[in-house]
Amino acid sequence: MGRYLRRRLGHSAVTLVLATMVVFAGVRALPGDPALALAGEERDPASLEAVREQYGLNDPVWLQYLHYLQNFLTGDLGRSVRTNIPVTELLVSALPVTLELSFLALLVASLVGVLTGILAAVRRGKPAEWLANGFALIGLSVPNFWLGLMAILYLAVAVPLFPASGYVPFREDPAANLHHMVLPAVILGFGLAAVIMRQTRSSMLESMSTDYIRTARAKGLAERSVIGVHALRNSLIVVVTIVGLQLGALISGAVVTEQIFGLPGFGKLTVDSVFQRDYPVIQGVVLVTATAYIVINLLVDLLYSVIDPRIRVTGEVA
Amino acid sequence: MTTVEAAVVDTPAAGTATPRRRRVLRRLLRAPLALTGLIVLVVAMLVALLAPVLAPYPPTQTSFASTFLPPGSPGHVLGTDSLGRDILSRIIYGTRASLVVGVLSVILALVVGVPLGLLAGYFGRMDSVISRFTDVVLAFPFLILAVGLAAIRGASLSNAALAIGIAQIPGMIRVSRSETLRLKGLDYVSAAVAEGASDLWILSRHILPNAVSVLIVQATVAIPAAILGEAVLSFLGLGIQPPAPSLGTMLSEAQRYIARAPWTAVMPGLAIIALTLAFNLCGDGLRDALDPKASRR
Repeated sequence: MGRYLRRRLGHSAVTLVLATMVVFAGVRALPGDPALALAGEERDPASLEAVREQYGLNDPVWLQYLHYLQNFLTGDLGRSVRTNIPVTELLVSALPVTLELSFLALLVASLVGVLTGILAAVRRGKPAEWLANGFALIGLSVPNFWLGLMAILYLAVAVPLFPASGYVPFREDPAANLHHMVLPAVILGFGLAAVIMRQTRSSMLESMSTDYIRTARAKGLAERSVIGVHALRNSLIVVVTIVGLQLGALISGAVVTEQIFGLPGFGKLTVDSVFQRDYPVIQGVVLVTATAYIVINLLVDLLYSVIDPRIRVTGEVA
Repeated sequence: MTTVEAAVVDTPAAGTATPRRRRVLRRLLRAPLALTGLIVLVVAMLVALLAPVLAPYPPTQTSFASTFLPPGSPGHVLGTDSLGRDILSRIIYGTRASLVVGVLSVILALVVGVPLGLLAGYFGRMDSVISRFTDVVLAFPFLILAVGLAAIRGASLSNAALAIGIAQIPGMIRVSRSETLRLKGLDYVSAAVAEGASDLWILSRHILPNAVSVLIVQATVAIPAAILGEAVLSFLGLGIQPPAPSLGTMLSEAQRYIARAPWTAVMPGLAIIALTLAFNLCGDGLRDALDPKASRR
């Protein structure tokens, strides 16, 4: 475990440093004078020079990068060009919305995906399996933003079951908050559910024919508990694996879902900042997302190594 | 979800001799679902190629007299949108744009990813370097990557293809790397090494040709992901810019008028689904045809 942990941490650290370099290079690659991009409205030479001093644009590149890294580590990501609010503050206020959306989507996806996956594996050859497979195929082929539009059309406009857009903070009104989050969470979780379902089904099928299952049945254990116990264990591994693999997709999906349903989260902040040419915010978003992705992946891998002892023993992912 | 990063498929071993290829093709053509997918794809490609001939109207032609016509209206089989543009024509041209971006981005991913994967699989020293590179690319979720590129280069069709292509490179590297690792250990490669064949010879004459079938399957998974990616980017305004027709921009415009003209949202979406479903069915069929032992049943 120690060796795996150390090696994994090292990899993540290297990746993180490389990622910051990429973003740094990206900002320097912006068209025109970076001082203009960072200054925003002010165009006169004196303000531009002040901006250059402030952001250290007159220093050699490697020194700029070090300052950049230092700022990043101390949480200083600059200020929005449009509103002059610190980027960190904007990110912090947008994050809870996205976190809630992602959490709910994962919940929906795990429950639906695992249950249908188990159903498809256990009821092979019966109509239930075809239904489940069809659901998986749809989930993988249907663009989730179109599904979102259809959901709005049929569940919010034609039959006003849910609000078409908007957000209410949980603290203000938990019921309204959840009411607004149902459609977005289901839409975001739908594609993920299809992937989880497929994986659960194949992993269940694979292990249902293994020796230890035959032993359990031979011992006289009820079919239900045989399937139940090891289905549970299997599904945990599957969900954790898929979360690790699909994290990027989840983040991308959240961006789109927030746009459709008008949720003031991370995703909406990202898209808006591109159109507003708010470069400090764009940079902050890209940097924080990459960091979060690397860290979460690390956590998922570590969690995975705890669940699956084969990794601990061999130091390799089996 | 068939997303851009997640578009990797696990494919078992591929054969080598030409008669096998014919067998594979026959097997593929016998599977009804895969065959349906193939037919839809061929139709889609013909539609895309013959767009100027097939489309009843120019896709950007507006007509303020005939806005929001429902499907089945005279002259407009699928209706018109908020600016009176014929939806069928826009879908035809939009399909063309989707296919162009889809194919271009996958070609980019192949051209960059396959050589890197070959190198990573063949030369152990390069493996860790290339793995770090892959990790860095993966650290930027597809949309974040697209956002960054849009900030630097502006939003456009080529920017969308570039973003999608870059996001698919890690998948290509992974697939070609694992194929290379597998093929490296085969007897005839060891024989070639013993004969004194150069690395380049082995890679280009022995390894690459045999990895091709796996890569084709990977491409059939990657293209629908790319098509979806283009739709998403155009939907957000980061890809193809209006008034150029794109299935994604059609959907984003449709959202504004969804209560009044739901067909403007349903039709483009069905077109996207048809395309991606066709590719997915084809890809599944191809994968099954390549190896009957593939565990799907």
